[in-house]
Amino acid sequence: MARVHLETIRKIYPNGFEAVTPTSFDIPDGEFVVLVGPSGCGKSTLLRMIAGLEDITEGTLSIGDRVVNGVDPADRDIAMVFQNYALYPHMTVRRNIAYGLQNRKIDKATIEQKVQEAATMLNLTEYLDRKPAQLSGGQRQRVAMGRAIVRDPALFLFDEPLSNLDAKLRNQMRIEIKALQRRLGVTSIYVTHDQVEAMTMADRIIVMNGGKVEQIGTPHEVYHNPASTFVASFMGAPPMNLLEARFEDGMVRINGGTPVMPAPAARTGNVTLGIRPEDVRIDDAGDIPFHVDLVEELGAHRLLHGQLGDQTFSIHAMKDEPAPQGATRLSLIPDNICLFDSETGKRI
Amino acid sequence: MKSAGFTTRWLPILLLVPQLSIIAIFFYWPAIYAMQSSFYLQDPFGFGSTFVGLENYSSLLSSSEYMKVTRFTVVFTALVTFFSLALALLLAVKADNVLRGAKTYRTLLMWVYAVAPPVAGFIGVMMFNQSWGPLTELARSIGWDFKLGVNFNDTASAMILVSVWKQVPVNFIFFLSGLQSIPKSVREAALIDNRSSFGRFWDVTFPLLAPTGFFLLIINITYSLFDTFGVIDTMVKGEPGNNPMTLVYKVYVDGFRGNDLGGSSAQSVILMVLVLALTIFQFRLVERRIHYT
Ligand SMILES: Nc1ncnc2c1ncn2[C@@H]1O[C@H](COP(=O)(O)OP(=O)(O)O)[C@@H](O)[C@H]1O
Ligand SMILES: [Mg+2]
Repeated sequence: MARVHLETIRKIYPNGFEAVTPTSFDIPDGEFVVLVGPSGCGKSTLLRMIAGLEDITEGTLSIGDRVVNGVDPADRDIAMVFQNYALYPHMTVRRNIAYGLQNRKIDKATIEQKVQEAATMLNLTEYLDRKPAQLSGGQRQRVAMGRAIVRDPALFLFDEPLSNLDAKLRNQMRIEIKALQRRLGVTSIYVTHDQVEAMTMADRIIVMNGGKVEQIGTPHEVYHNPASTFVASFMGAPPMNLLEARFEDGMVRINGGTPVMPAPAARTGNVTLGIRPEDVRIDDAGDIPFHVDLVEELGAHRLLHGQLGDQTFSIHAMKDEPAPQGATRLSLIPDNICLFDSETGKRI
Repeated sequence: MKSAGFTTRWLPILLLVPQLSIIAIFFYWPAIYAMQSSFYLQDPFGFGSTFVGLENYSSLLSSSEYMKVTRFTVVFTALVTFFSLALALLLAVKADNVLRGAKTYRTLLMWVYAVAPPVAGFIGVMMFNQSWGPLTELARSIGWDFKLGVNFNDTASAMILVSVWKQVPVNFIFFLSGLQSIPKSVREAALIDNRSSFGRFWDVTFPLLAPTGFFLLIINITYSLFDTFGVIDTMVKGEPGNNPMTLVYKVYVDGFRGNDLGGSSAQSVILMVLVLALTIFQFRLVERRIHYT
């Protein structure tokens, strides 16, 4: 277990492409951090630099009290779970789990005991003598987890470990991984492009985009106080509604004039207004006209998609709230509105 | 998939005839002829032949000359196969490490493969030329008076060297593609699990290359036994004398130089049986070939 510290870590690939711009953050001991962002934003690159599988172009990486920039992956005291599991196809499950220990001069009895413990924890006991090819996807995933657990590392690294599983298994493994991490208390960095995984598993989320960190915060902060329009539209399904708005006469006005909230001191010009679908109410007395084109029935709640003026907009309605079709009216909860600079997309 | 059928029965047979007749004329007919003549003693001047039953075979098996050639063939095959595989594996592992250079590397080594065996043999002969061959000079510089075509061991070494040189590229290509088909993440997992690169090679890379290795083993044995004819022929220049030769070359020497068609046929029948055995073994292996994933 250890604290992880990144100091202006940067990655430029040999072809000159800058995959990670100088990035700094600190992960306290035992924290579960999720790196989330769209595909190609540099999450894996960052994780692989931490693992030692990719050279760090610039910056300093410390795990525990040790700077590990030049340290071999095997000596960084980390364990990694790969997206395609990366099991050794010719080794039995037992040997797959034990292999990392066998090379660390640990005595046979201890190894066997650790393998048994991990197998019990992961319901793998009866599969120990099988080869990976004879296992289901979920079981292979567990073997990959077992391989990491037995090592008792200072740091767990996960690179999209659930993305090859079907939806049901994914939800189940999500909970299991999180519970396991809680129990073992090992500092963890988990990479995913799935914002649901990020929200549900993370103590803290790091949102990345285009090789840059957009925001670092708890799931609650990232969801309710996004630092940019990118975060606002990436986190949440459906994403936060973003409307073009204007500062006029001390008010924020949408839809060509409807005032929705007072403007922050002395601002004029264009602004982007963001509001989560669940912070909007269907309200016959509201002063914003809305046209519902489509109702998505989700059981416990519904999503109403339509047009606000000439912009698309979505509303979240609980199952006993009204879900009208066609023309209706809305009101927004002003406290929950986020304003973004319409040029830079940054939070105002 | 939908397969289109022929409307008449004769068209497909007609289309197969050229290929079938080539096989029949150039493979089956000589094979049957060889089997037949292995039971006869041929008059050296071609005036008729006498049926002698298995005498050709029994005299082969009791011939110390034939046993000597067999022993040399076994040693030759073992050495050529071993060095071709080992060198190719070494080169492939090195090339695989510098993946970026692999393409040019691959093409460069493929060139050697494109050289026909007699040409390879001829180049080998030049390299070992008695008065100016660079390899002869190299041998001399370490005090080895190299005499190609005169000294048995010297000629044998040259044959092995040129045969290996000829076979390394094809093995290299197979090994390299075998190495590159090992998933990157499996190697990376090993990188985290084991700090010793030697250990990683033996525990992970080598076992995953085993199917390729088995396949190449058969290919290389077949190559050493049969496809080295051109190399050997250039080296001994049809003057067997005291020179080393393999079983296949002896078939040629006895049959065409010694005009002993019966004995030569018996030898080729023995080789046919050997090829058959190797082929069956290889098919079994391919069937049982371990498929991971
Ligand atoms: N070896 C490489 N050489 C050059 N560019 C690379 C290399 N690996 C990844 N990239 C590029 O770096 C960017 C980030 O990749 P990656 O970290 O794998 O993204 P993510 O994991 O977020 O999907 C991508 O645009 C990708 O094309
Ligand atoms: Mg990735």
